[in-house]
Amino acid sequence: MIAARTLIRLTAVGLVVASMAACTRRPVTPAVPNTPPAGDMGGPAYPTAPTGPIEGSAGAGVAAPGSAQEFAINVGDRIYFDLDSYQVSPEAYARLDAQAQWLQRYPQVMVRIEGNADERGTREYNLALAARRAESIRNYMIERGISAGRIDTISFGKERPIALGSSEDSWARNRNGRTALVSGAN
Amino acid sequence: MRLNLLLSTVAAVAVAGATLVQAQSARPQAPAPQQQTPVEVEIDQGVIRPFQIAVAPFSGPNGSQVTQVIGDNLRRSGFFEPMNPSGFIETGLSLQNAPNFPQWTQIGAQAVLYGSVTPRADGRNDFGFRLYDPYRQCQLVSYNFTATPEQWRRISHKIADVVYQRMTGESGFFDSRILYVAESGTGLNRLSRLAIVDSDGADPQFLTGGEEIILTPRFSSNPNEIVYMGLGKDYSRIYLYNLSTGRRESLGEFDGQAFGPRYSPDATKVAFSIIRGGNTDVYVMDLRTRQLSRLTSDPGIDTSPSFSPDASRIVFNSDRTGTPRLYVMNADGSGQRPISRGGGSYTAPAWSPRGDLIAFTRSQGGRFATGVMNADGSGERQLSSSYFEEGPSWAPNGRYLMFARQTRGGDTNLWMVDLSGRVIAQSGYQGRGSDPAWSPLLADTPTQLGRAQGPDSCPS
Repeated sequence: MIAARTLIRLTAVGLVVASMAACTRRPVTPAVPNTPPAGDMGGPAYPTAPTGPIEGSAGAGVAAPGSAQEFAINVGDRIYFDLDSYQVSPEAYARLDAQAQWLQRYPQVMVRIEGNADERGTREYNLALAARRAESIRNYMIERGISAGRIDTISFGKERPIALGSSEDSWARNRNGRTALVSGAN
Repeated sequence: MRLNLLLSTVAAVAVAGATLVQAQSARPQAPAPQQQTPVEVEIDQGVIRPFQIAVAPFSGPNGSQVTQVIGDNLRRSGFFEPMNPSGFIETGLSLQNAPNFPQWTQIGAQAVLYGSVTPRADGRNDFGFRLYDPYRQCQLVSYNFTATPEQWRRISHKIADVVYQRMTGESGFFDSRILYVAESGTGLNRLSRLAIVDSDGADPQFLTGGEEIILTPRFSSNPNEIVYMGLGKDYSRIYLYNLSTGRRESLGEFDGQAFGPRYSPDATKVAFSIIRGGNTDVYVMDLRTRQLSRLTSDPGIDTSPSFSPDASRIVFNSDRTGTPRLYVMNADGSGQRPISRGGGSYTAPAWSPRGDLIAFTRSQGGRFATGVMNADGSGERQLSSSYFEEGPSWAPNGRYLMFARQTRGGDTNLWMVDLSGRVIAQSGYQGRGSDPAWSPLLADTPTQLGRAQGPDSCPS
């Protein structure tokens, strides 16, 4: 089981890498020198183990199974990218795999992948860069068996930051792709 | 809104008709004139001393405001240093008289501007003015604008343009407006609205209500027509918007996300980018036929197209070789070749209205800079650099650039730099804003500037 998953994952990585190699010769290594190790650049930490359901008290809203809230809480709707990179990083595989599994459980759900960039780039180029991020996630999902027709994409460039401030940490959080549930959720 | 106000200008050459020549003797060179430190404009090292101009108070309705606007414009240009009126010896200049030249050379005035606002029988006002060279003792300009009284500010810009043009030999730029994206709100609750403001920062007006994030507004060659991008929660759209009629329409629905629009110089086409399958290419649409043509097709990001003023070529941004560089192609997409030569990232190119230069944003080593290069990529010069700045837009005379500058962790404002890099200052509009776009001149500056109009006109 684990071996099979790993194999699928490697295949997926191989496909993504191959498709990117076919698309561009652009290096995905960070362009800025003195970049901290990748672990520091990965933005918010991903849970190392699957997070259990979160109990809520009445009135505060319990996440109904199959709802957007449940998706955001139990699966996680964002993954993060390295500086100037649009390659899905290995740290993000678990979350995207979980997203794909969730979407397989709720096959009526349609999603929109939103690509985001940090503020350290010019407006139009960042729109194009963030679009590549959204597309990388979309391709990953398709490789994991989600029908292409269920996945729309949009680039928000640097226009919709989720973290304030001009720090490495904020920039890392703002380099993300979000899987938004468009319809079909409970 | 003053969008629809008709500006009727009458080139009434004879301001007062009187012969102005007076026999006056020039005194020896004046003693060192008093310095007035500009508040808004930084002038590096005083390499070039701004031209000392005396803007004498205009008489008549709104006269003092007209005087103020003209003086502020001239100062902001960096070429002029309007002198402190408290040092003026001669007061009460009237259009019927030439200045008392020695009283101006004595205080070091290199030019003297004065005028009056005079109500007419038809309800409009005459805005007459004269510009003299007190050293040569001759008249540089004599001119009169006629307009409705409420247009005093607009006329002040036009007078400043006439003075700028006569003294520098370059066309003016004050009678223009700036489109920008007004930013308000705090934290992650930011409101983004399309706005427009006079070139000197006066009269800012919102054009959208904040329901969409606004990006990259740009003028057509007609200053009443603009194009911009609106980003909604789940869509993005390019709008064509006529400021005088209020008509707004979508450029179209495309198979992919469209962004980064720019008009062709004759306003018959819009070039922009479309993202398809994660890949961004440059397209151009004929606005009459709505026919779409694809200009680039490589797998790299191709974006930010900007036409040369003769419409024959387009400069754009591509990272097809790895990092973003500037490329030039023919307007049909043929002959694509890189022009930028340095390291780092080059983005956001803008072709000068004169055709000679291309402005851009360059980032390298964690800083962002505004620069210019020749259309073949040679002669690159950096004009400004900071923690973050982007998106230069040309003044109508191709002598200044406006761009957005963000302080670290702080707000974004509009800044201006001249081609020498000498004047770097916040723009006339000091509020929060980004994505400035400079309009063409709202109307042509008169060409008959009063040369050889009278017996005391300057020979050149």
